[in-house]
Amino acid sequence: MTDLLTMEGIHKSFSGVKVLENVQFSLRQGEVHALMGENGAGKSTLMKILSGIYSKDAGSVQIQGTESAASSPKTAQALGVAIIHQELNMIPDLTISENMFLGREFKWGRTGFINWSKMGAEANNYLQQLGMDLNPDSLVGELSVGQQQMVEIAKALSMHAKILVLDEPTAALTKREIEKLFQLIETLKTQGVGMIYISHRMEEIFQISDRITVLRDGRYIGTKDTNITTMDELVQMMVGREIKERFPKVESKIGEERLRVEGLAQDGKLYDINFNVRVGEILGIAGLMGAGRSELAKALFGVGKYHGKIFVNGKLVTIKGPAEAIKAGLALITEDRKGEGLVTDLSVRENLALPNLRSLSRFGFISHRSEQEFVDDSIRKLKVKVHHSGQEVSSLSGGNQQKVVIGKWLATQPNVLILDEPTRGVDIGAKREIYDLMNQLVQKGVSIIMISSELPEVLGMSDRILVMHEGRITGEFSRGNASQETIMVAATGGKSHG
Amino acid sequence: MGKVRGNSGILQRMGPLVGLILIVFILSMVNSDFLTVSNIFNVLRQVSINALIAYGMTFVILTGGIDLSVGSIIALSSAFAAGMMASGTNSWLAIGIGVLSGTLMGTVNGVVIARGKVAPFIATLATMTIFRGLTLVYTEGKPITGLPDAFGMIGRGYLLEIPMPVIWMLAAFGALYVILKFTSFGRHVFALGGNEEATRLSGINTNRVKILVYSISGLMASLSGIILTSRLNSAQPTAGTSYELDAIAAVVLGGTSLSGGKGWIVGTLIGAMIIGILDNGLNLLNVSSFYQQVVKGGVILLAVLLDRSKKK
Repeated sequence: MTDLLTMEGIHKSFSGVKVLENVQFSLRQGEVHALMGENGAGKSTLMKILSGIYSKDAGSVQIQGTESAASSPKTAQALGVAIIHQELNMIPDLTISENMFLGREFKWGRTGFINWSKMGAEANNYLQQLGMDLNPDSLVGELSVGQQQMVEIAKALSMHAKILVLDEPTAALTKREIEKLFQLIETLKTQGVGMIYISHRMEEIFQISDRITVLRDGRYIGTKDTNITTMDELVQMMVGREIKERFPKVESKIGEERLRVEGLAQDGKLYDINFNVRVGEILGIAGLMGAGRSELAKALFGVGKYHGKIFVNGKLVTIKGPAEAIKAGLALITEDRKGEGLVTDLSVRENLALPNLRSLSRFGFISHRSEQEFVDDSIRKLKVKVHHSGQEVSSLSGGNQQKVVIGKWLATQPNVLILDEPTRGVDIGAKREIYDLMNQLVQKGVSIIMISSELPEVLGMSDRILVMHEGRITGEFSRGNASQETIMVAATGGKSHG
Repeated sequence: MGKVRGNSGILQRMGPLVGLILIVFILSMVNSDFLTVSNIFNVLRQVSINALIAYGMTFVILTGGIDLSVGSIIALSSAFAAGMMASGTNSWLAIGIGVLSGTLMGTVNGVVIARGKVAPFIATLATMTIFRGLTLVYTEGKPITGLPDAFGMIGRGYLLEIPMPVIWMLAAFGALYVILKFTSFGRHVFALGGNEEATRLSGINTNRVKILVYSISGLMASLSGIILTSRLNSAQPTAGTSYELDAIAAVVLGGTSLSGGKGWIVGTLIGAMIIGILDNGLNLLNVSSFYQQVVKGGVILLAVLLDRSKKK
């Protein structure tokens, strides 16, 4: 029997950077084949090539033995490939049947008038096939996320999909919905549909998949039969690279407790968070995307209402907004530089000065001289590469933009610096400078909370590591006894043993 | 600031000024009456009402908002002031209360927009109707007349041969220019329009900034209302109707971006001049008022299209 899908020797580069290198992947009829790897391993790029969003640089993609020439999502659809995205692509104000047949409505002959009864009946047909008891005339916006996802799967079937890609399908589902989804997957298997299942959740993968393929750094690592492999083996495959001396961690004197969080919670995002950070300590927070790490950082910074207690230097503080967080000695460098860190229309000078205007002004008037001195000083200290401080911040490279964000916060003289993905999109040279800066800061007694998806970075720079999963802390490791494997297990919801 | 932020090209910055000079040049060529001292003062006096409203509108638009209620604020605040004067209250006190009421109307806009999280277009569309309605209730739909003679000085008087409205227009320009360029509040206005989230996370009370810009807009509208009332020697219940449109046009002609974060108040003054001079010039050329509107709209469209093409 030929495979439903065979991908071989796939190469893909983006502006000179290799994202996929000689990757292979195959899928049989009626099989669930899990695709695993860390963030940035190349899973989504591979799937985008399959679905025609990206074109491959080299390699072959064969669907049922014939070379696929999918050059657009539309042609890939015609070849029977359907992707159920993490974010659902449904229009909430249209009904189930309208969504299912959007763009291919049943009409009365060649008139533009829709044959509603036929469309309803067809929609019902596919819903029944999946054992779903839903009225095709109900609005999609009134369905639960799990139900919407099933409608999306029904839609894929209505387009005669033979290859179904499920990208983190359970991320937003409740336990019962997950069970329903798994039943549905079993049904589809018996119908001969092949499914590619992308997930970070180990247990689910072991429960539902037949085979598992692991990618790492854009390369194919291996494929295992689910019933003969183990979690440990997979984790090793996923994180197998060695940590080189990329992290210039220096020992600093760790002192008294600086920040303590007790029972912190935010509805639907964070649950019962307890931890502390000490003077001169770098606390790393690891976890997968959507684990609630950025939400935790923002909650500490007064974005949204929180329950629980926050203590700074032993004193209980109430943080109602960023202004109060700054007053309490906190600074937050967000992961989304353009969206939340910088005002890109403004100059380097204006961005650097923004949270510091109070100290640079007298009676509300900005002192031009103090501002210029402060800005020149920051640029020099942080080695920001600019022509002049009036330059628009959007014209800088990612690394230099990040230095501007860090610079604007350092001047507030924070006691606790929260860095959310401090080196994302930053080149190696600038990365090193950011690490050096972190070292200088902790030696001066600043406490740093560093959120990062790059495990080597977390392991290389942290004195202590917390791991989050689904809004909870699922592991805590001291510098000595953490490894990529133990962190990965805790981050995928497994038992931690730190 | 002294430049259009975010637009680094010199052409970009000078576009409105070049346009103004071009229009002045053409009009002075085709009509010898245009470039006379008396006509220039005449134009400036006509411009002043719109310029004052447009200054406030500049603050609002820089934050990414819009204020449609300015015309109604003019009517209601000047009705209050005129009503008090007509019933014998001290003129200065009446003016003060009128301006204060206009500022508070702006504050109401700001509170609804910032705290109620209502889109500025909708919020000020609603208050535009409410304030107009209140004006009609207060005046019973009739003009308020019988204002003291001294009050006429504000809109019709002269200082060293310069019409008073022009003095007000330049004084307000100076004050607001300084606020926008040299104070931390001015910086916050630009930052808020450029990226609200980043501004909020920088510890700036963005709600306060929003409430303040709408209050400034209300303040400027009521000031121009006082001048208008003085010039007409009466408060009309329909005063200021559709004035918001000329103000918005002046701001946009001056190069301020409707999406916020980019612009300058110098441009707004130039934009107001362009609109005023077009009105005046077309009058001198005996173009019918029907065609005047077509030309004015065409110029605005042309200016915005030119601006677009420069940005690609």
